[in-house]
Amino acid sequence: MIHVSATPVLALRGASKRFGAVQALTDVNLEVHAGEVVALVGDNGAGKSTLVKAIAGVHPIDEGVVEWEGRPVSISKPHDSQELGVATVYQDLALCDNLDVVGNLYLGRELRRRGVLDEVTMEQKARELLSTLSIRIPSVRIPIAGLSGGQRQVVAIARALIGDPKIVILDEPTAALGVEQTAQVLDLVERLRERGLGVILISHNMADVKAVADTVAVLRLGKNNGTFPVKDTSHEEIIAAITGATDNAVTRRAERRTTEAAK
Amino acid sequence: MSDTTKTPAAKDAAPAAAEDPTAAAAAAPAVDPRLLVREEGFKGYITEFKRKVKGGELGSIPVVIGLIVIATVFQLNNDRFLSADNLSNIGYYMAATGMLAIGLVFVLLLGEIDLSVGSVSGLAAAVFAVVVTKNGMNAWLALLLTIVTGVAIGALHGWFFAKIGVPAFVVTLAGFLGWNGLMLWLLGSSGTINIPSDEGPVRLLGKASFLLDQDIIGAYLLAGLAVLSLLAGSFMDQRRRRAAGVPFRPTSEIVLRVVALAIVAFAAAMVFNSSAGVPNALVIFLICLVVVDFVLRRTSFGRKVFAVGGGVEAARRAGINVEMVRITVFAIAGGFAAVGGMFFAGQTSSATMLAGGGNTLMLAIAAAVIGGTSLFGGRGTVWSALLGMLVIQSISTGLSLLNMEASIQYMITGAVLLGAVVIDSVSRRSQKAAGRA
Repeated sequence: MIHVSATPVLALRGASKRFGAVQALTDVNLEVHAGEVVALVGDNGAGKSTLVKAIAGVHPIDEGVVEWEGRPVSISKPHDSQELGVATVYQDLALCDNLDVVGNLYLGRELRRRGVLDEVTMEQKARELLSTLSIRIPSVRIPIAGLSGGQRQVVAIARALIGDPKIVILDEPTAALGVEQTAQVLDLVERLRERGLGVILISHNMADVKAVADTVAVLRLGKNNGTFPVKDTSHEEIIAAITGATDNAVTRRAERRTTEAAK
Repeated sequence: MSDTTKTPAAKDAAPAAAEDPTAAAAAAPAVDPRLLVREEGFKGYITEFKRKVKGGELGSIPVVIGLIVIATVFQLNNDRFLSADNLSNIGYYMAATGMLAIGLVFVLLLGEIDLSVGSVSGLAAAVFAVVVTKNGMNAWLALLLTIVTGVAIGALHGWFFAKIGVPAFVVTLAGFLGWNGLMLWLLGSSGTINIPSDEGPVRLLGKASFLLDQDIIGAYLLAGLAVLSLLAGSFMDQRRRRAAGVPFRPTSEIVLRVVALAIVAFAAAMVFNSSAGVPNALVIFLICLVVVDFVLRRTSFGRKVFAVGGGVEAARRAGINVEMVRITVFAIAGGFAAVGGMFFAGQTSSATMLAGGGNTLMLAIAAAVIGGTSLFGGRGTVWSALLGMLVIQSISTGLSLLNMEASIQYMITGAVLLGAVVIDSVSRRSQKAAGRA
């Protein structure tokens, strides 16, 4: 683990979020340092997406504190989060189908030249960015609707890097990808860490988590269920934390089944 | 948003490679061998054109075919249809409803509808007439007040839609009734207020007001200006793109476009000159088109409008203030409706209870949709207001040349509107199949 600083870039302390009758998050703590990849794992409905949306400002938290580089901040809308330097790649990508690749990459932070959109520089930089990430796209001027699922994912991740963020959140970035593209995305995650960015990686794929993450934070039923350094933690321990298995007869049986199934 | 710049990368990278190796490296992997790139020369244009039509990107083809059919049918029935005087009439009368259509293009790009523009235009004319004739306000100041009224009404619609969450359809339907009522109340029992037509905006927008006082130079100046700006703009863009190492339009294509525009512009100028000159109302309409086109394609506000129309959630997550965009767009539609109302007042030198009523609203919506702006949001250009109005105004002028009754006019216009929406829906479906919607 490469800890550049002792103070986390982003920290959530005692975050809670309610949707009507559902307590989606209860007293959740999370720390992300610069140059650290934190894998956020948990079963379906554990609150991963809610936590991400809280950090991104889509659904602000009801209670708790968000700290940015040690000082408390309030994130009440997506713009606040962007201003701080958080870039989010959602599971449902959130790209505009009718805009082309360049338009989507720069959506919400268009480059301007004398008050007018600077299409030439945006196109040039978009091509440079895509090629440094070894991303293959037919043309940066075709509408997103004309791209395949994998290409859209790659565009969505590239888009997160345009604004020079400090924290990048990836919500299941490899879920819809083929073998080669998954490897590319994992390479990309490592490149982000080398650049000193903090990465929050949501994944169901333990192989991906073990491959790139430094720390694993487990959520279960909207609560923290342990934070482990990846190096010293076994696959089984993480699975146990996700499924909520503790040391009793019933859960040992459950754990045995899970591990057997995993083999 | 145009993707006509898809020239083969190898060709673009070659000149750039000599001076800027990084640009060439950037360009090289960006092209996928599976992508259909346009071939060089005119054969390339034809194959690209065929592919686009198959993919449902019809562009202005239906409109051009429609215009040819309309012109042929009316000319066969009445040989005055293609006369300079009649064509000039079409040019003058299409400006008023065209203004409403410009505002509607904004709303349609969001995937919404504004049913109130007709009523707002009538109300605007009434407000202008009342403050000028009864309160003796300066005509230009009154024009400003009128436009501000339109913008405020539009913003109110937008506020109900964006902040309260009432469907735009319902808000503007209420506006359609309500503002019409307010107009009737303002006009009082007589139902008509005459406006002095010898000064101010009403004189400017009148039937007898022409660019440079009918000087023959006026029309050619306008045409020349349009051609020159396209020429200069295209070559400047080409130079910047070449320098930056990104694909650019080949010179042959620029020349082709400029020649096409020159033919159309100078032919139109000749027609107007052999009648009486270019009506000032049409000049203002054209200026508005150019300005709005620039705003939609070249500013970040325009980009936001397209983004909200293409995906509200994506736009919101990109940090775009969706509510503000929506309110602004409805305010713009209200503003253009008020300007359109002034054009109606200029046609008759009066504010009447009929202004903006009847089928005005339907014609404005039909114009925008016929011209190629999608009802489903996110796709379209403001030029559809011009193309659509040419179709609509040709039909209604042609039908009155043939002395058709209003009943027939309504039925035919209704059929044309339905036809345009069918084309929009079908082309959207085939675009989906071709992965382009």
